Amino acid sequence: MDLNFSPEDQKFRAEIRAFIDANLPADIREKILNGKRLAKDDYLRWHKLLAKKGWVAHTWPKQFGGPGWTVAQQNIFEEECADAGAPPLMPFGLRMVAPVIQAFGSPEQQAHYLPRILDGTDWWCQGYSEPGSGSDLASLKTRAERRGDKYIVNGQKTWTTLAQHADWIFCLVRTATDVRAQEGISFLLIDMKSPGVSVRPIIMLDGEHEINEVWFENVEVPVANRVGEENKGWTYAKYLLGHERTGNAGVGYCKRWLKQLKKIAAQQPGDDGKPLIEDPRFRDKIAQVEIDLMALEITVMRVIAKEMEEKKPGPEASMLKVKGTDIQQTLTELLMQALGHHALPFQHDAMDIAYKGPIVGPDYDVPHTGHYFNYRKASIYAGSNEIQRNIISKMMLGL
Amino acid sequence: MDFKLSEEQQQLRDTLYRFVQKQYAFEKRREILKSAQGYSDEIWRQLAEMGLTAIGIPEDHGGLGGNGFDHHVVMEALGRGLVVEPYLATVVLGAGTLARAGNAQQKALLEKVASGELKLALAHYEGNGRYELNHVATTAKRDGNGFKLNGTKTVVLHGDAADKLLVSARTSGKERDASGVSLFLVDAKAPGVSRHGYPTHDGHRAAEITLKDVAVGADALIGTLDHGLPIVEQTIQAGISALCAEAIGAMSALIEMTLAYIKTRKQFGVPIGTFQVLQHRMADMLMWAEQAKSMALLAASKVASDDATERRRAISAAKVLVGQAARYVGQQAVQLHGGIGVTDELAVSHYFKRLTLINATFGDADHHLARFSDQIAAEASQSETHPSLMKARKVG
Repeated sequence: MDLNFSPEDQKFRAEIRAFIDANLPADIREKILNGKRLAKDDYLRWHKLLAKKGWVAHTWPKQFGGPGWTVAQQNIFEEECADAGAPPLMPFGLRMVAPVIQAFGSPEQQAHYLPRILDGTDWWCQGYSEPGSGSDLASLKTRAERRGDKYIVNGQKTWTTLAQHADWIFCLVRTATDVRAQEGISFLLIDMKSPGVSVRPIIMLDGEHEINEVWFENVEVPVANRVGEENKGWTYAKYLLGHERTGNAGVGYCKRWLKQLKKIAAQQPGDDGKPLIEDPRFRDKIAQVEIDLMALEITVMRVIAKEMEEKKPGPEASMLKVKGTDIQQTLTELLMQALGHHALPFQHDAMDIAYKGPIVGPDYDVPHTGHYFNYRKASIYAGSNEIQRNIISKMMLGL
Repeated sequence: MDFKLSEEQQQLRDTLYRFVQKQYAFEKRREILKSAQGYSDEIWRQLAEMGLTAIGIPEDHGGLGGNGFDHHVVMEALGRGLVVEPYLATVVLGAGTLARAGNAQQKALLEKVASGELKLALAHYEGNGRYELNHVATTAKRDGNGFKLNGTKTVVLHGDAADKLLVSARTSGKERDASGVSLFLVDAKAPGVSRHGYPTHDGHRAAEITLKDVAVGADALIGTLDHGLPIVEQTIQAGISALCAEAIGAMSALIEMTLAYIKTRKQFGVPIGTFQVLQHRMADMLMWAEQAKSMALLAASKVASDDATERRRAISAAKVLVGQAARYVGQQAVQLHGGIGVTDELAVSHYFKRLTLINATFGDADHHLARFSDQIAAEASQSETHPSLMKARKVG
């Protein structure tokens, strides 16, 4: 039993940190640390820098171009990136479709798609949810009818994150209707430039364009773009969901937000004119979330240790998702609360780093209220926290 | 990081799990609680035979050595069995303190603790101090070469079972000063010591102890004069780490019991565990328990740290989270059991009571949240004039 990082891990961490310090573009970092809006190019520049270093696919096995890190090292890498203010690596290609292609794709698919994900050529998005199929994903209705060596796809996907940037979408589509819902689903890779694909923005409650509807109208998709077998897509989707959740604890981001919260609370005046952080009623909330985060950090390590021993992710990832998003939401809420009435102004234009106009309140107050509103998504996406509790009670408690 | 137990720890744990299951069944425990003494000499002897009373005691004093994780393993197992024998008081608090701070003569007593012949108790808290460690009104006045002790100590855990008491008393300063407290080893049967023992709600024992002109020699002093408080603080921290481990054991037993119950108890023609509202409650209990386990491990890993700030931070954080988890898991286990959960008949209520009192011991979750929170304020005031946030651009 030893809760300290090994000297090798510490050396590894130092190496990661040094690379980020030397290579993360200052303008991107400034946007992240100040909560400003990111452009597609910001994500891509960082992606390509990491790709050149051989780290971008940090969760991939070596044979596909990953660095061959242990799960513990992957975690250190993620934490350091988040803490330093690096933009998040978009998970849709790297962590969602890639593991499915690696596990179930043909050698041709692997040879074509994986290098393009690695070097950032293709931006992927996820075509899972539909207007009528949220938590009950298997009820999805988007149809793919086989015609010779093509599928004709009709239907609508929704909540599609950053589809406006995407070159490709991986979709769950219905290929059979006369069987159990789960048994009639296939996994298709669709070029967003295909005729009949259209993207309509959904503006979120913070005024930002992050998610979209993606419509398919008689879209022709080559059968060669199907991953694995026809009607086995549900199995692949479940495999993917397991991969998605492990990364959802977000300890690194939470650590950065906590630091930021303490700084703001030290600058922001409380009702008595002294720094807000001297108000025990507010400070105790910071203390509570910090303690919850300390626990989560160790719980993540324990789950990772188990995963390394058993060589596969387990249902514990659901716990990390619930607790992690809980803490993320608490922190974003406290960051808003710390601003007092300066939480009110909606300064949408000031979310742009190039904005030069006046700002109401201190210069750090712009993003936090929107961020709070935005982060209500966290307990909903990637399997709502209620679905996670279903998984915990079924898989861990046998209920 | 490595979360695996050593082979010895694994063996110890297996042995103890078997012991509490076979030798410490619920009915057996009930009999022990009914006895006048409130714990069993026979069980104590068995614990000593298994080597438990020697853990944490240096090998050259007849012990087995060991660190916070070893106590964690023991306490977790004792927590599963709701063991009421004075292990925490004697071994963790008493022997731990003597091993850390005792003089040669005091350390010589450790051999008897290791063999199970000698029991100890920490007499520190007083009636008007709540959980404040600095609050010591009991006095020790110079008397020839020695001291004379006067005062009253409250809720001394297993104070009535102890052969010797570790008593904090003021040798200088005012009632709440951080310095001026000294720690003494006092014979529990010394003239002037009167003890009123009583049961606690969870089946353990405690005592009110009055000291009236209790004479001790200069060699009764533990550590240095006027500098007893840091010793007491570290002792309490070791106690907290141990209690956290005990709570982990109690919570996992309680979760297992509740799970088994909701899988078999039928209402509306089906097991109540098929109801989603109960499934989610159980999922939350499990998450609380897992988060608590992480913090109990953190406490065990930092309990011997030389960095007092780091130690305080980890211990308070652990006590907060474990206390909150204990409350949630305890209350919900009772709730999910329904009527039978609030009876004395089932073990459930006994676990609930122990978990509740663990939270109330050595500072509850609110107390330690305040300690942790104060440390945040201290750090904030130290980081001089707060530099502009992360190079934020000044605009407008």
